Amino acid sequence: MSTDQLSTTFAALADPTRRAILARLAEREATVNELAEPFDLKLPTVSKHLKVLQRAGLVKQSRQAQWRHCSLETAPLKEVAAWVERYCRIWEERFGQLDAYLTDLQAKEKADGVDE
Amino acid sequence: MGSTSSDSNLTRRIGAMTLTIKSDVEIELMRVFDAPRRLVFEACTKPEHVRQWWGLRGSTMVSCEMDFRPGGTWRFVVREADGSENAFRGEYREIVPPERVVQTFELEGMPGAVSVETMTLTEDGGKTTLRTTSRFDSIEARDGMLQSGMERGAAETYDRLEELLRTIR
Repeated sequence: MSTDQLSTTFAALADPTRRAILARLAEREATVNELAEPFDLKLPTVSKHLKVLQRAGLVKQSRQAQWRHCSLETAPLKEVAAWVERYCRIWEERFGQLDAYLTDLQAKEKADGVDE
Repeated sequence: MGSTSSDSNLTRRIGAMTLTIKSDVEIELMRVFDAPRRLVFEACTKPEHVRQWWGLRGSTMVSCEMDFRPGGTWRFVVREADGSENAFRGEYREIVPPERVVQTFELEGMPGAVSVETMTLTEDGGKTTLRTTSRFDSIEARDGMLQSGMERGAAETYDRLEELLRTIR
């Protein structure tokens, strides 16, 4: 399987804890400790998730004094949003046409039934 | 904030559809149709019907071949609004009338870009819920899926970042 930014981002987003961490960081930056607290997670677990998010370019860490601050990087999310958007538009249009076609088919079936 | 989302999927409503990202390689779309399941199944599995709706607005289906049986193949050629042509093809892996079809989907000329589509139909009170799940095991498959021409030349960018962030909350 080939890897690219989009695949990496999708993989990073596929976990609910990681999505919750991103949502938390969307509010404001946080230290690793602050991130662990609401989730009732052990620090190594949070660090593991953060590593995945960092590799996907979704989270940036900076060191201030002895604290490591995490912040959200939005660029990869835009790529995901754009892909999802296109995917949905194709199916929305296709389903819209199927819906209209089914309405026609049913009207035709009804008319044929009356004729018989 | 304060708790982990119990929903392990990323779900979003788009117009009449519901989108769910079930994992990094699987995406499901759901929509309800005001028609009995028998009819929806027929409209999705017979070429004389499929050619009427499958192509996108402004496109024409030049060819619609469907050997609708397990192991049989399908091939659609679509002339897009801008005059370009795309050919899509695949193989039927599983057919359970009138409730389930599993097939592969690929864009011709894009080797390795094969996704697996599962369509399931359920009926309730004369209405049919259609779910289509696409499994993409490669980025080529994901790109191939979008090769439809409808977005070509569109200068508009669809920045749904805020919406996405709201969804992951």
